[in-house]
Amino acid sequence: MKLDMFKKKDKEPKVKFTKKWEPFVFLLPFAIGVTIFTIYPLFNVIFMSFKENFVLLTGKYSSLGFGNFEHVMQDRYFIQGMQNTFKYVLVVIPISTCISIIIATLLNNKIKFMPFFQTAYFLPMVTSATAVGLAWKYMFHYQYGVVNYLLGLVGINPIAWLTDVSSNFTALCVYGVWNMLPFTIVLLLSGLQNIDKLYYTAARVDGASTLRIFFRITVPMLLPTIFLTMVVNSISAFKVFHELFPLWSGQPGIAYNLFTVVYYIFYQFRGLTPPQYGRAAAAAVILFIVIFIFTRIQILIQKKFNN
Amino acid sequence: MKITIEGLTKKFGEVVAVKDFDAVIEKGQLVCLLGPSGCGKSTMLYMLAGTEAATSGKIYFDDEDVTYMAPEDRGVGLVFQNYALYPHMTVLQNICFPLEIQKVPKAERIARAKEIAKLVQIDDYLHRKPSQLSGGQQQRVAIARALVKKPRLLLLDEPLSNLDARLRLVMREEIRRIQQETKVTTIFVTHDQEEAMSISDVILLMKDGEEQQSDAPQAIYDNPANAFTANFLGVPAINNIYGIVKDGKFHTHDGSAVIEHEACKKVPEGKKVSFAIRPEAIELAKDKANFKAYLVHTYAMGKEELSYMTVGTTEIRGYLPNGTEIEKEYNIHLRNKGVFIFDEETGERYA
Repeated sequence: MKLDMFKKKDKEPKVKFTKKWEPFVFLLPFAIGVTIFTIYPLFNVIFMSFKENFVLLTGKYSSLGFGNFEHVMQDRYFIQGMQNTFKYVLVVIPISTCISIIIATLLNNKIKFMPFFQTAYFLPMVTSATAVGLAWKYMFHYQYGVVNYLLGLVGINPIAWLTDVSSNFTALCVYGVWNMLPFTIVLLLSGLQNIDKLYYTAARVDGASTLRIFFRITVPMLLPTIFLTMVVNSISAFKVFHELFPLWSGQPGIAYNLFTVVYYIFYQFRGLTPPQYGRAAAAAVILFIVIFIFTRIQILIQKKFNN
Repeated sequence: MKITIEGLTKKFGEVVAVKDFDAVIEKGQLVCLLGPSGCGKSTMLYMLAGTEAATSGKIYFDDEDVTYMAPEDRGVGLVFQNYALYPHMTVLQNICFPLEIQKVPKAERIARAKEIAKLVQIDDYLHRKPSQLSGGQQQRVAIARALVKKPRLLLLDEPLSNLDARLRLVMREEIRRIQQETKVTTIFVTHDQEEAMSISDVILLMKDGEEQQSDAPQAIYDNPANAFTANFLGVPAINNIYGIVKDGKFHTHDGSAVIEHEACKKVPEGKKVSFAIRPEAIELAKDKANFKAYLVHTYAMGKEELSYMTVGTTEIRGYLPNGTEIEKEYNIHLRNKGVFIFDEETGERYA
């Protein structure tokens, strides 16, 4: 009899059918939204990339296969776009990360007019990238731009940032770095504020200099946040497009010399007649795979670093 | 190293954290800064470390004035309450860090770190990260890191407060052992009187930023300077019975009890006082009784019983022999040691 009592206790209590499904009912409205606006388009792009000569309005296509991928991989604009995109990521990410770490560290100190500096650095985050891009277009102006004016003050000859093919990429990177700073600084600053001040006191009692504290304590302890910003920023840098658009009024560089992957995708159905939806989708799928691999590598490096 | 503190004062705006503090700490002593939280003991410690600047007064290490010296030049080792071990470094790297700053060559650094690790018994964990260590082990690493640069003075801020009760007992013996082996002058801060009593050579008892008494632990216990000191030390706490002295006898305020004791002679007549009795001073009277008490309840403690009694309307605690019958009135005799009379308002000691 007694044993029976214990056995009953061990049995899993029966949950009513309604109780079991209740959570899913609550999830349903959001799940419907995600399915329609995220999951369906995502898979549709993948299907689309296999449909050759696809016409969006009629939904007709000539055949299924890897034709779009073959064409895209051989397209010199796509190859140029891939090269530019990689160059952009490899230039912008390290530079913006380094500058952000320095600015965030300075902002983390108690300095006068702190709210002013904080607002100033976070302002780009709440302004429209296109509007700011237009402002940069004028700042980069050969004759009247403030950039060339400042360079003139230190005795450097004016540079044709936007109108000379050789300077186009530099101009894009300068604007790209600037655009990336606020978000990175916000994240790093929150990371810095999570570091206990006690570590600094401990190091100072032992006689560590500010520079040593920065490199041996601040940076290593900030590393998880630095990695996070690098991963997130790399993903957005791979999708470089809205930085490009306002600077040359919708052209990829002054002589179509600054194709990026996303600009190439855009070009496939805006710049061509008839629009090449299949090829655009194929390029998008390739970009997705590239970003996926790149991010995996970054995470692997981070794991190596942590051990 | 001998430490002399003269008229040390620290103000945070209007708040006075440490007030006109004088003390001399002899070479090689283990000194405990004891007091309730917010009494300024940690501020004291950080002023000695140099991370807090003194408002006025002087600190001397031997004959050297260090009041305005930078922390790194003072040669102090500091152990923080939560250890502040660098989480991204291994145990060995943590211990080596102070030497790295002093630009000690790498081979010597590691040799010295290993030597000190052996002393604090963490040499088996050198390649672990702090997060992989238990609280007691982290504590040992923190002490090793503070000791490795051979400091003139070792400072510990509430070193045991983050450990569980059992480990606390082990670690306080360990701190004592390490201090005895290195013979480094050590000051540690705590609010736990038991901890302070058990390991320190000298206790500096503080309250509201002012020194209350400084002496060997037993001396303070046996001979408290004022009511605060008597109340702060001892578990169970000292019993206080409030009343006045009239005709050479102590009367409680409500007149419910009378205590006859020779100490009453030292008190001005009619003064409001607290008659303080340590629990161990209480015994059953054989012939001469000091007062009558009603035994309410007892707790078995093994050797004796911890007994709750009432003297008039005041509840007191004392130790009585096993098997003393409860709910009966007894004649109580007070031993010579552990009976004091303090002024009820000022805490000043009369007897």
